[in-house]
Amino acid sequence: MGGFPTLLYKELLRFWKVSVQTVAAPVLMALLYLIVFAYALEGRMRVYDQVSYAQFLVPGLVMMSVLQNSFANSSSSLIQSKITGNIVFMLLPPISYLEFFGAYVLASMIRGLVVGAGVLAVTVWFVELRVAAPFWVFAYALLGAAILGALGLIAGIWADKFDQIATIQNFVILPLTFLSGVFYSIRSLPEFWQKASHLNPFFYMIDGFRYGFFGISDVAPLASLAVVAVSFALLSAACLLLLRSGYKLRQ
Amino acid sequence: MTLAIEALNVEKRYGALQALAGVSLAVAEGEFFGLLGPNGAGKTTLISIIAGLARASAGRVRVMGADVITDYRRARRMLGVVPQELVFDPFFTVRETLRIQSGYYGLRNNDPWIDEVIHHLDLGAIADANMRTLSGGMKRRVLVAQALVHRPPVIVLDEPTAGVDVELRQGLWQFIRRLNRDGHTIVLTTHYLEEAEELCDRIAMLKAGRVVALDSTRNLLETFSGLVLKLRLDRETLPEGLAAEVLSSEGGRFALRLSDHGALGQVLQRLREAGATIRELELEPPDLEEVFLRVMAKH
Repeated sequence: MGGFPTLLYKELLRFWKVSVQTVAAPVLMALLYLIVFAYALEGRMRVYDQVSYAQFLVPGLVMMSVLQNSFANSSSSLIQSKITGNIVFMLLPPISYLEFFGAYVLASMIRGLVVGAGVLAVTVWFVELRVAAPFWVFAYALLGAAILGALGLIAGIWADKFDQIATIQNFVILPLTFLSGVFYSIRSLPEFWQKASHLNPFFYMIDGFRYGFFGISDVAPLASLAVVAVSFALLSAACLLLLRSGYKLRQ
Repeated sequence: MTLAIEALNVEKRYGALQALAGVSLAVAEGEFFGLLGPNGAGKTTLISIIAGLARASAGRVRVMGADVITDYRRARRMLGVVPQELVFDPFFTVRETLRIQSGYYGLRNNDPWIDEVIHHLDLGAIADANMRTLSGGMKRRVLVAQALVHRPPVIVLDEPTAGVDVELRQGLWQFIRRLNRDGHTIVLTTHYLEEAEELCDRIAMLKAGRVVALDSTRNLLETFSGLVLKLRLDRETLPEGLAAEVLSSEGGRFALRLSDHGALGQVLQRLREAGATIRELELEPPDLEEVFLRVMAKH
């Protein structure tokens, strides 16, 4: 057995030791979104016939939290290690690039899923929710978390400073999640923006995830899953190539 | 004879900068080896390549016979590195840090050895303290402990005593000497040349990415260094024709470099002939600092 289990354990311990900041804070944030938006828009917006706006909103908020926190975990962990220099402790031992990738992405997924589960656990007190097709819920949650974990790892490898990570977070991840149909159905958008939304990979993650709860979605769940799976495959391949080349890590 | 470290024509370029310009050296198993050179000579770059932290642009490196690229798992298991920078992970305690480091090498249940390392490095009292709270010297000791968790036969220390107080430095050297006696190969870079002189069996001197001297410490001292004669005279000028190079001269105090003990008689005789009275006289044996400066000046 190589260094993989320990690297995974270290990554988990790292965010768990500051769980107020890494888990509790994003859960609270999602709850605030729910309270504010559901209160402001309830009754004024109806997306699907049998689904209230608050019910519609919850899966979106859960998935948004999963995605944002998965990205935050790998990107902030790696950039911190690079800047403080303690990355050498992981580069000196015989840890392969596959183990490195696996540990960082898996830890990110777990952080994202823990936060997502937390959001769900808190919101079910306010909103009644049934799960129509659990398979899709898990499939999208796992793949979405993995995609953002890999993306965060790429960002962490590439960035030299904290503000570069913050820039990606604020100018790429946040807009893409907000504009992916978390708060609305893209069918309510003008046609141009509907088409534009189909170019946003986050849209398929949210839409597919929501299908798992309501059994209805804007795009067929299998088609969304294909988009999401291909995105994961491409990002993973890119990330593994970077790690294998030693780009910015072993120069 | 197994070589602990073997570097063959190692080159490293960073863009236009040639950090290493074809370095070859071999460190035998069990040696205490010194890597000296001014800042920017390439010492840390060479260590990074040996440790797999950087990739050579050309050439190859083996650690205990294992190539650091093609057989990196074995090479890295054989090597413990104490980095120059005082790095640490602020999330963990000393013991967590050491357990995690063991795990990276695939070692579970390494606690007996971790306890021993903690004991020898005098870290017992702070074993459960967070890394953030430790003084610089303590962090340095934890770095040494981290380099030893997997019991590597070859240990590289990149300026381990920079910024460390005298007492801790003594303790650290005592410990590292013991490791060397127990059969570990030690490679050391330091700016404290008296430390290198005292500890190292052999020394390589690097300048601008090249090895400019590589020999046993004794041979280096004998080849390059003469004696330094320090005098205080009753006058402010020296007589002509002394068989010595004047290093300094100030208010009747002089420092002269002699090539050997034979030159001492000549100098004293010349002073006597000139009627000079010697008030104080001190003869200093060769030291590595002198050798270092001369080697660096020559290349």
